[in-house]
Amino acid sequence: MRRIVSVLLENEPGALSRVVGLFSQRGYNIETLNVAPTEDPTLSRLTLTTIGDDKTIEQITKQLNKLVDVVKLVDLTEGSHLERDLMLVKIRTGAEQREEIKRTVDIFRGQIVDVGPEIYIVQLVGTGDKLDSFIAAIGCSEVLEVARSGVAGISRGEKILSA
Amino acid sequence: MEKLSGSEMVVRSLEDEGVEFIFGYPGGAVLHIYDALFKSKKIPHILVRHEQAATHAADGYARATGKPGVVLVTSGPGATNAITGVATAYMDSIPMVVLSGQVATHLIGEDAFQETDMIGVSRPIVKHSFQVRHAEDIPITIKKAFHIASTGRPGPVVIDIPKDLTKPEDLFEYSYPKSVKMRSYSPASRGHLGQIKKASRLLLGAKRPVIYAGGGVILGRSSDLLKELAEYLNFPVTNTLMGLGSFPASSAQFLGMLGMHGFYEANMAMHNSDVILAIGVRFDDRVTNSVDKFCPGAQIIHIDIDPASISKTVTADVPIVGEVRTVLVEILKQLKEETDKNSCSARKGSLDDWWHQIEMWRKENGLWTDRRYPNSDQIMPQQVIECLNRVTGSDAFVTSDVGQHQMFAAQYYRFDKANRWINSGGLGTMGFGLPAAMGVQLAFPNEIVVCVTGEGSIQMNIQELSTCTQYNLPIKIVNLRNNYLGMVRQWQDMQYEGRHAMSTYEDSLPDFTKLVSSYGHVGFEIKELSDLEDIMEEAFSIKDKLVFLDIFVDPAEHVYPMHVAPNGAMNDMWLSKSKRT
Ligand SMILES: Cc1ncc(C[n+]2csc(CCOP(=O)(O)OP(=O)(O)O)c2C)c(N)n1
Repeated sequence: MRRIVSVLLENEPGALSRVVGLFSQRGYNIETLNVAPTEDPTLSRLTLTTIGDDKTIEQITKQLNKLVDVVKLVDLTEGSHLERDLMLVKIRTGAEQREEIKRTVDIFRGQIVDVGPEIYIVQLVGTGDKLDSFIAAIGCSEVLEVARSGVAGISRGEKILSA
Repeated sequence: MEKLSGSEMVVRSLEDEGVEFIFGYPGGAVLHIYDALFKSKKIPHILVRHEQAATHAADGYARATGKPGVVLVTSGPGATNAITGVATAYMDSIPMVVLSGQVATHLIGEDAFQETDMIGVSRPIVKHSFQVRHAEDIPITIKKAFHIASTGRPGPVVIDIPKDLTKPEDLFEYSYPKSVKMRSYSPASRGHLGQIKKASRLLLGAKRPVIYAGGGVILGRSSDLLKELAEYLNFPVTNTLMGLGSFPASSAQFLGMLGMHGFYEANMAMHNSDVILAIGVRFDDRVTNSVDKFCPGAQIIHIDIDPASISKTVTADVPIVGEVRTVLVEILKQLKEETDKNSCSARKGSLDDWWHQIEMWRKENGLWTDRRYPNSDQIMPQQVIECLNRVTGSDAFVTSDVGQHQMFAAQYYRFDKANRWINSGGLGTMGFGLPAAMGVQLAFPNEIVVCVTGEGSIQMNIQELSTCTQYNLPIKIVNLRNNYLGMVRQWQDMQYEGRHAMSTYEDSLPDFTKLVSSYGHVGFEIKELSDLEDIMEEAFSIKDKLVFLDIFVDPAEHVYPMHVAPNGAMNDMWLSKSKRT
């Protein structure tokens, strides 16, 4: 099963490598990884998605919790939550395809953020699934480059992840 | 406030922390620190001959005393040489603080002379690590390192110190913090009361119970409570390799070690049990054999301070996360509340059948109820350990290396006290025994310290014979000389049709008696069984010198019992070269 784990991490040198190292050391996989500072400069927030059965996920969260730099963590998939991935796609377009692409971008509520003689850059925000469907809808041959942020997530309602 | 340099702060912090010994080796990046150590003179520094030995010696000290061992090494090769010892301590959860020098801050990342990314290299084998960025952080960093190393599930902590931060000319205000609080580090202490109640009821209803106790009981200083609990319940107790000594071998309730080379009665009792009380253990693959066949009828109560150890390999029915001491106190309280005296003795009677069954197993194949090894015209390795056990009255500190000799020592030495059996269980590090014995002997100068070893293992850190001369360490080395990498040979006999690929030294072994005497030690060769006891007595009567006993044993002997693997259960064992369960 796919899980989204969000981690509050001490903003210390080496903290990130401990988290990433743990995954390779223990043979867990990381599908996406997103790290950035938070409103508290001493903390950064790391969100990763991983795939595994319940037992593996339990071990992952326990092992993460053991890292001294990990302040708190939550498995967002355990409750109701929001997840967003941001994608920039560079697409080659001949004149005859431009309308078609614009329509598709609109359907997916994306934006064309840069335009060149034969190039569009599209920005899209959503769940990983939505971004995958967009790529499928565009047709692979025209996609030149994809840059994705990896999933960031937050739980709905009153529940908060804080130090 | 007092003003000190970075290097003086390192030394003073260690003094204020109460450190008794530093095991180390100097080099460029730590020379400022060595100079401060030289001037202060408060903490004795033990100069080893190889940094690996510094970590093993600190580790031996820690295992015997329960206090963190302290290591000081230089950058680059000094740090990498220490790595095997850090990994050894990590696998067995031993508290240790390793101070490694680092190139000056402005050189980091430039592949400077003797630069190694110690934080990166040690990352997967430390509980935590710090690279000091500002000299004024030295005291708090050292305080945190000791706190982390010695609380919760203990483990090694590395502090990497760039040379420029220890310059003698830069002074800082010094005070050593009395305590530390870290928001991201708070090890569990009390177990969950609901779970403890559930466990108590399960224990009281058990018909075929076993207590399976490990190194966590020793690390958590709870052997007294283990004994009280086992006696209160009249339950049999088995120990892991790491747990030996946590329950007295002389007790009739002791089943011996369990696992791959465990006692028949211990493995049988586990396999046939209905309730297993697992305390401070981790269901290691060397214990469980195939996990899917592990103890099919047992409900498992698992007490451990590390939540990640619970249900990692074998799922626990009643998990209890907490300090073993506080949990055992609670369980005892619950048990006593739930039983009045009468029902307790009635219940004790209900274990009669189980104890009867265990006695049968003991009689059939127990290692301590009859001689189970073959007759031979040579000395059998088991006889050596039996003799050692007699001569030292089951009361020595025994360190060991890794191989057959380690298993024979674990099977035939009868440890009655915790912290006396000192071996590399998790990593299985050959070369551990002698330096570990140095750490133990320094901590207990008047006690008997024995290193049980093999000619393969002893040569991995044999240079430490020189350290033993320098510090007058009267260790007794018992070398079970079988002229092979014996445990390798055993596997080759059993799994590779006796093809002994690279497991023999082809007459290249030194005369160990001459070798040790060149260091000023005493050496004896023993080739006849009739000499064994007398010469061993003589060796142990020499109180002020290291004695090396080179004992020629039957090279063809194997360690039994041995789990049938892969795909075997706890009760699938080889009991001799020809007999299987
Ligand atoms: C550093 C290291 N290298 C290799 C091994 C693999 N190994 C395990 S036991 C063993 C043989 C040990 O031989 P010896 O010390 O003579 O002891 P014996 O088994 O003969 O008693 C070897 C090579 C190990 N455990 N540690």
